[in-house]
Amino acid sequence: MIFDLLGVPPQALLGQLLLGLINGSFYALLSLGLALIFGMLNIINFAHGALYMMGAFVSWMLLTYLGIPFWPSLILAPLIVALFGMALERTMLSKLYHLDHLYGLLLTFGLALIIEGAFRTMYGVSGRVYPIPEILRGGTNLGFMFLPNYRAFVVVVALFVCLGVWFFIERTRIGSYLRAGTENPELLQAFGINVPRMITLTYGLGVGLAALTGVLAAPIYQVHPLMGFHMIIVVFAVVVIGGLGSMLGAIVTGLLLGVVEGFTRVFYPEASATVVFIIMAIVLLLRPQGLFGKR
Amino acid sequence: MNYRRTLAYAAAVALTAGAGTAAAEGPVRIGVMNDMSGLYADLAGPGSVVAAEMAIEDIGGEVLGHPVDVLSADHQNRADLASTIARQWFDDDGVHAIFDVPNSSAALAVQELAREREKFFFISGAATSRLTGDSCSPTGVHWTYDTTSLANGTGQAVVQEGGDSWFFLTADYAFGHSLEEDVSAVVEEAGGQVMGSVRHPLDTQDFSSYLLQAQGSGAEIIGLANAGTDTTNAIRQAGEFGIVEAGQRLAGLLLFITDIHALGLEAAQDLVLTTGFYWNRNEETRAFAERFNERTGQMPTMVQAGVYSSTRHFLNAVEEAGTVDEAQAVMERVRANPVDDFFGDGGHVREDGRMVHDMYLVRVKSPEESEGEWDYYEVLRTIPGEEAYGAMEDGGCQYVN
Amino acid sequence: MERNHLILAVVAVVALLIAPHLLYSVFLMKVLCFALFACAFNLLLGYGGLLSFGHAAYFGSASYVTAHTMKVWGFTPELGIIAGMLAAALLGLVFGWLAIRRAGIYFAMVTLAFAQMVYFYALQAPFTGGEDGIQAVPRGELFGFIDLRDDISLYYFVLALFLIGFFVLYRTVYSPFGQVLKAIRENEPRAISLGYRTNHFKLATFVLSATFSGMAGAATVLVFQLASLTYVEWQMSGEVVLMTLLGGMGTVLGPVVGAALVVTLQTYLAPFGAWVTIILGVIFVICVLLFRRGIVGEALARFAFLKNDKAQLQRSDVAEATVTKEAAHDPVKPL
Repeated sequence: MIFDLLGVPPQALLGQLLLGLINGSFYALLSLGLALIFGMLNIINFAHGALYMMGAFVSWMLLTYLGIPFWPSLILAPLIVALFGMALERTMLSKLYHLDHLYGLLLTFGLALIIEGAFRTMYGVSGRVYPIPEILRGGTNLGFMFLPNYRAFVVVVALFVCLGVWFFIERTRIGSYLRAGTENPELLQAFGINVPRMITLTYGLGVGLAALTGVLAAPIYQVHPLMGFHMIIVVFAVVVIGGLGSMLGAIVTGLLLGVVEGFTRVFYPEASATVVFIIMAIVLLLRPQGLFGKR
Repeated sequence: MNYRRTLAYAAAVALTAGAGTAAAEGPVRIGVMNDMSGLYADLAGPGSVVAAEMAIEDIGGEVLGHPVDVLSADHQNRADLASTIARQWFDDDGVHAIFDVPNSSAALAVQELAREREKFFFISGAATSRLTGDSCSPTGVHWTYDTTSLANGTGQAVVQEGGDSWFFLTADYAFGHSLEEDVSAVVEEAGGQVMGSVRHPLDTQDFSSYLLQAQGSGAEIIGLANAGTDTTNAIRQAGEFGIVEAGQRLAGLLLFITDIHALGLEAAQDLVLTTGFYWNRNEETRAFAERFNERTGQMPTMVQAGVYSSTRHFLNAVEEAGTVDEAQAVMERVRANPVDDFFGDGGHVREDGRMVHDMYLVRVKSPEESEGEWDYYEVLRTIPGEEAYGAMEDGGCQYVN
Repeated sequence: MERNHLILAVVAVVALLIAPHLLYSVFLMKVLCFALFACAFNLLLGYGGLLSFGHAAYFGSASYVTAHTMKVWGFTPELGIIAGMLAAALLGLVFGWLAIRRAGIYFAMVTLAFAQMVYFYALQAPFTGGEDGIQAVPRGELFGFIDLRDDISLYYFVLALFLIGFFVLYRTVYSPFGQVLKAIRENEPRAISLGYRTNHFKLATFVLSATFSGMAGAATVLVFQLASLTYVEWQMSGEVVLMTLLGGMGTVLGPVVGAALVVTLQTYLAPFGAWVTIILGVIFVICVLLFRRGIVGEALARFAFLKNDKAQLQRSDVAEATVTKEAAHDPVKPL
């Protein structure tokens, strides 16, 4: 009834809620990767958007040049991009750990420019099409909306991966090393654990998550070199709102903001590009450390 | 300090005065300026430079007894860079005419400079009808298309075909707003009805939410008042959400053949759009397109074909006028001569700078109908130039009224 | 040291006065505008230790306000520039007030997000003309009698603006205020314990930096007679970071050198399209990995090294050597 007052029928609202969740799961996956990298490396990975784009492009290249379909490339493409990321970490990022965190931000910004520029020279900006895999075409009529099967699949995979990563970090032995590394790397090293390698692997995992998001996005969005940049700014805002302190925080904030953005698109579409930033400003006013931040 | 400045100033005036008279008769120089690597690189970009070079070859390579020089530059979609390049071209490099310049803000900036310096400007890539409206120039010619003709073409034709209730997905900035306004006016005048619209930010990736609203409106036609990846993303996602299958139709208001190429026919089929040129329309267009394809590996867009046509028309006018330095004499020829090539089909340049030529309402073929790689359109209707571009009096060009 | 600065300043000013007769004046004006922008940015990053990734917001919004007031309201150039600076200052006050609540990388992300907000506003608001921008802004007559349509007189006006901005920023750095700022950068808790309200200092710096970024944006409008979305885009924010980093953050002249280099690169690489982005990215990476002091910082360090040797040998000018050493060390620490 309250919905009717606002002039929008409830079933339409339900549809928007669902669509918001789908976008939110992209945000969640990306901000989870950012949080992971930040926790271990103390670096905000500005190249995250570029690596997300690379994930989409690599899976498109696998299909176009090698004929490798969606399912294998769901694993393969993130793996390739993660290896690329780990090479970056070994050769460049690792040289900066003794310096202020801001240098990491600047370096990854430069890397983002290079990666995006390289794909632009190779493929232009019109973008490429990645077809939706055969089994997931079509959709289901839910009564209040038509839900494409592929989007349903995206939400399920994203949630599954998010929870999987969370479980891995919070509940497994390697995860506990990781958390220990965040707290006190010297002590961990003293226990005989190879911390530099763990850092590299963590970066790889974070980058892999970004690339996986890219692979998932490829069949929905046009695969094009600048697809990452707009995304990364929104995800930065998500990260400021949620705080980088907790994995679960990153996931929940991502989903939540996806939904908020979805509703804005119905009630006040003019603000749909800015709503995330406005929320960020409010959070900064009321709770500067972020919703889930410690301090 | 004060004294030194005055002295330096006097020296400067002397220097610039000297430079002004130095560049007299010499080879005709043209500059092709566009976006070589960004959003418009595929539909204009290096292909436009090739088109200009082809035009020069086709008139014999020489004008006024000298070979024609072609310069090219990338404005990177930055109006300030476009303005810097144009200044340098006009002031230092002796360029007489600039061609193409997609991106409205860059084109408007070049238009101001060209008018001030009485140099020629033949616009092919930019869409805004302000170039022949409040920003018109006696030496500026808008060649290929503009927002008015797109609105008239698609809006009117679709209503006539029975699509009389519309809903707009509009990019939330000046271009989108004016396109939506123009089309709405045309639709309503033709007896159609606008059920509503939703505005999305530029560079939106996810259109599902807006599409759902368009679906809810129950309109027969969803008009896409946006451009570039916004349009292609919207079209793909409309397919994904089964919007076309459920009986609604999409009308693209600004789509180039390269966009269709990027989308693929599977996603783009049955779209209706207006274009100023289609390569597979008749013998002459095909002949040009094949030559172009040999050099660039793609079929020409309307922008590139427009650069070819305008370059050729301009150089012929210069040859006839016997000078390139007297703007008025050249422009008289530009206006008097009909544009009689495969592109213009007897079009003409109006007093306000609008090149009035036929536009084409086309439908995108299905994968089964297409007979080859770039065989994408079926021409539904030829829209006569007068109908497409409207009356000059409505444009708002100052010096005409 | 002060004497050296003075000599350098005189030489530079003379060079700048002659420059338009040797080089293309519009190009020079562009360099001056961006140099001022980078200097203003450097105050925040190099001396305040705050990395803003959204400085285009102040540069761009000032350019819109100047263009609008001059074109639509018929303001004279000096009034238009003041209006632009006021707008930038106001925006800097609001965003700065919010952003200084976080430090380090959060600060960078927050400023970036705010700048993106300004970008979307500029895209949608009717007075900015969306993607068309505000075009054909008249250059007008300075104080009602100096015609700025002439490139050379405009050059001297822009040069005057640059020198004013540069001087104010320079004085700020070497004032007691600047010393407190450095103290905060080095050790904020200690500065707090000494009784300084550090947030006030940070905010004041932020506003000052935004104001002069706005001055640079406003001057650009006069040069190109337009204000467009380019000035509020994230690339612009990235470029100013690069200029400062390349030239040497926390050095007085670094941003000027960096700006001159980047603008030159952009102008001469224009035919290479997307390669410009790649090259800028490569410079970023090289600077961060190998060259963190930037060009001027590196030069100063070498210079100080030589001077130190001499000082040790002669022990005559110890005081000066220590000052130089301090100055040379500054650029290494700022972050």
